[in-house]
Amino acid sequence: MTETQHFWRWSEKTYQAPDLDWRAASSITVGVDVGSVSSQAVILADGKLLAFNSTRTGSSSPDSALRAFRGAAEPIGLTLDDISYAVGTGYGRVNVPFADRTITEIACHARGANHMGGPSIRTILDMGGQDCKVIRIDERGKVLNFIMNDKCAAGTGRGMEVIADVLSVPIEDIGRRSFEIDEEPAAVSNVCTVFAKSEATSLLRAGWSVNKVLAAYCAAMAQRVAGLIERMQVEREFFITGGIGKNIGVTRRIERLIGVEAIKLPADSVLDPQIAGALGASLFAHSLYRKAQKEAAAAGGTAPGNGGTPGGAAEPAGEGAGVAG
Amino acid sequence: MIANYGYEDGSGFYYITVDTDICIGCTEYGCTKVCPGNVFAVEMDDYDDFVCTVAEGARKRLRELCSVCKAQNGSGGTERKLPCTAACPGGALRHSW
Repeated sequence: MTETQHFWRWSEKTYQAPDLDWRAASSITVGVDVGSVSSQAVILADGKLLAFNSTRTGSSSPDSALRAFRGAAEPIGLTLDDISYAVGTGYGRVNVPFADRTITEIACHARGANHMGGPSIRTILDMGGQDCKVIRIDERGKVLNFIMNDKCAAGTGRGMEVIADVLSVPIEDIGRRSFEIDEEPAAVSNVCTVFAKSEATSLLRAGWSVNKVLAAYCAAMAQRVAGLIERMQVEREFFITGGIGKNIGVTRRIERLIGVEAIKLPADSVLDPQIAGALGASLFAHSLYRKAQKEAAAAGGTAPGNGGTPGGAAEPAGEGAGVAG
Repeated sequence: MIANYGYEDGSGFYYITVDTDICIGCTEYGCTKVCPGNVFAVEMDDYDDFVCTVAEGARKRLRELCSVCKAQNGSGGTERKLPCTAACPGGALRHSW
């Protein structure tokens, strides 16, 4: 019996800060981004990056949120009871069972990108699993303007997964291989994921190499996204978040089309553009927790969550809970 | 904040634009009452203000939901001929069609 190879399967990633003892922290705040394709959890100890995990979203959003959290927390012995405040974001944000509040992925990606790329970031392209957005922010990471398109799977992470499977190329090799060509081909005219298989087959039959077909798909995807970016008019600096941010076959072609180079994370950075939403959510959680603590102290009460002591009992959301638009 | 929700088809990009800074303080919510496709909702935004938004369930269906009214705007422009734009007292809603 032959084993099926899943070419679309991207590497799930987990990180735990080696030199940070969360038991000494006064607050543990968590951001969970449940997207249509992937889910991430980012944990901060007193506002510093403690751990994160990126995993595939399953059929149940609550289970995906818990799996993302546990993937980050369990290696360091942290449990749900240790959380001071949690924010849910992404498509499945209302289904994060331990969230004290939900915030849109637009605001969270903005804040995450501001943290990753610095205060000079003004334009963000978020290329998610099933849609893409262009977001304009100020120096504090606050959203000023955003554009959201009803892109089908073409032009998104899911579309790239389908193309990886159709061409039997591991998804993480697509970007590199799309440049291993003699000359840049014209972009395919139809990036529809439904027709991807027949179109790829016909191009291969016409004598195209697999790498050339990959290049044509990456170029087509870049063209569709560049059209969205140009509607917003790129203001420097420019930053790309989401899983496709790691596919140089698409990102470099976008940069060429719009004439602006995206800010990159340093080579030694532990951060990943795919966790930008969850990172932003965790930063919101940290700010909201501190705000709630100050308000509670002024009123002589206790803050939401476990009152700021890791290891204490978690409480349901207080007045801070709400569904953001 | 300027929020743009839209779609792209063979003839171009189409967007509903909401200036949420104008929405803040509105109590009429006219957009939610007149839209035949129930495209709009009033929700608390990320900065704790109640503003008009394109409802989550409508965001990927604008092509279909807005087709009922789209023709009423003729070639577009600044005139507020659509039911939603006409019902918005502050002029926070705009359409690109």
